[in-house]
Amino acid sequence: MRAERGPLDYARRWWLRAWLAATFLFLYAPIVILVIFSFNDSRRNIVWRGFTTKYYLKALQNDSLIEAFTNSIVIALVSTVVSTVLGALLALALWRFRFPGKPLVEGANALPIVIPEICMGVALLVFFSRIGLMGGLSWPWSLLPVLIGHITFSFPFVAVVVRARLEGFDRALEEASRDLGASEWQTFWRVLVPYMRPGLVAGALLAMTLSLDDFVITFFTSGPDTITFPVKIYSMVRFGATPEVNAASTVLIAITILLTVIAMNLQRRSSGRGEVVP
Amino acid sequence: MDSWRSAPAVFWITLIPGVAWLLLFFLVPLGLVWLLAFGERAGPVAINITWTLDNYRQALDPLYLGLFWKSFWVAAVSTAICLVVSFPVALAVTFAQARIKPLLLMLVVLPFWTNLLVRTYAMIAVLRTRGFLNDGLEYLWLLGKTLATPLGLGDLFGERFQPLQILYNDAAVIFGIIYVYLPFMVLPLYATLEKLDRSLLEASLDLGASHWRTFWRVIVPLARPGIVSGMILVFVPALGTFLISDLLGGPSSQLIGNVIERQFKAANNVPLGAALSFLLLYATFVALALWAWSNERARRRAG
Repeated sequence: MRAERGPLDYARRWWLRAWLAATFLFLYAPIVILVIFSFNDSRRNIVWRGFTTKYYLKALQNDSLIEAFTNSIVIALVSTVVSTVLGALLALALWRFRFPGKPLVEGANALPIVIPEICMGVALLVFFSRIGLMGGLSWPWSLLPVLIGHITFSFPFVAVVVRARLEGFDRALEEASRDLGASEWQTFWRVLVPYMRPGLVAGALLAMTLSLDDFVITFFTSGPDTITFPVKIYSMVRFGATPEVNAASTVLIAITILLTVIAMNLQRRSSGRGEVVP
Repeated sequence: MDSWRSAPAVFWITLIPGVAWLLLFFLVPLGLVWLLAFGERAGPVAINITWTLDNYRQALDPLYLGLFWKSFWVAAVSTAICLVVSFPVALAVTFAQARIKPLLLMLVVLPFWTNLLVRTYAMIAVLRTRGFLNDGLEYLWLLGKTLATPLGLGDLFGERFQPLQILYNDAAVIFGIIYVYLPFMVLPLYATLEKLDRSLLEASLDLGASHWRTFWRVIVPLARPGIVSGMILVFVPALGTFLISDLLGGPSSQLIGNVIERQFKAANNVPLGAALSFLLLYATFVALALWAWSNERARRRAG
């Protein structure tokens, strides 16, 4: 084996492999430990006292935790749909048209991506309290501030992803479609949208994970009586790490991993349709 | 690209929803905060905009300036360590066999898909006084003591195990930032290293340069755009972090993000909070401008 090693086979060097392994250990050990010990039959964490699912049952019986979880899922789903539509439309406008003030629109789209989350969080908090949207609303309207916040930071990402996909589109296809007698509307649905599809799927999944991952914006935009999952966990963590928190976190990790797997499968399938992969 | 006049209806239908949303729910709120920074408190909620500069003056007094400085250092140190840790990782992924490359990339990205709060919480569970790290150390201590006692060295280990105070200090905050933002550094580094022309490395080695010299004189200069992007992607969120320092830091390791949060929630001093947020925003813009300038310079040199 050693003799075969070329000068550029850096990946075969033992120290580089050890470095890689150590980094992955650093990244994964805390999460794996968290997951394993959520099944531990002991309130004290380190000593293994046998397998149990009682903390999952406890978490399931915790009504406010379930309510928080439902809220987060509802917000993530609605935010994904709205962000995808808004982002795709903006991407189409920016991709297709030349217009005065375009750099301004591009800048305004980039701003939510680059500014510190806390600045956006406090801005939304101030804005929503001014217009009376914080507190005093009944479910599901009480979720509106958080939902608007999530859409605001998600759809610019969708716009970037979809626009990147559109850059590879051959506009001769559009002309061909028009020449063959299709209307603008037909061309849009039959030619452009199928081409955009991998970008739309990627953008939607990005929006979904951004929504499920967010803590800071949610923290600032959730009023006194809207509990979402991260905010609930945050208050539980402040009281101390308990096995229930481990169990609840494990559920959230499982959901995101599931979404990742679905995302990868969808992307593989949609990019395997004989289309030009960017 | 078409002129917007070629299909005005399509243009307006596609442009308006996104732009209106950004205007209403992003630019207006941000403008409101900008305005409030020039206001004075006139009651529990009411704020009069008097165009006073007192909030900025207060935000720039040594107490808060010190916090900005500290946040800057914490973010800078975290970014530097992230870079040192990530570079070999990105190299290893770049030169890995094509078969396992997607797997390695997924392993890098996957933690990034896990909720920030959950990851920070996992850090607490590992690092706290009665956490996994200390319990693991205690186990090793016990093992050492049991092995050493027959040899008469048991006294070396002391009466009781002293757990290390790892959590609730600046080091824990830096550790947490590295843990959370490491993927942000690895990905741009990988993206540039992947595009790197390998024949340049071979040329350097053929001409007698050592691997070390090739690394510093060829790989690092060519990977510059990725290095700068990665540093920005870690530095900017680290500068404004509030959750990590809130949960992992002690009373003395509060960063500017925590102070801003307090002004808007517990302390209810919105004008000061607004001024501090905008100072943080300006600091971020300076970092981004440096990044753009560095990219521009690299492009000019290449072209």
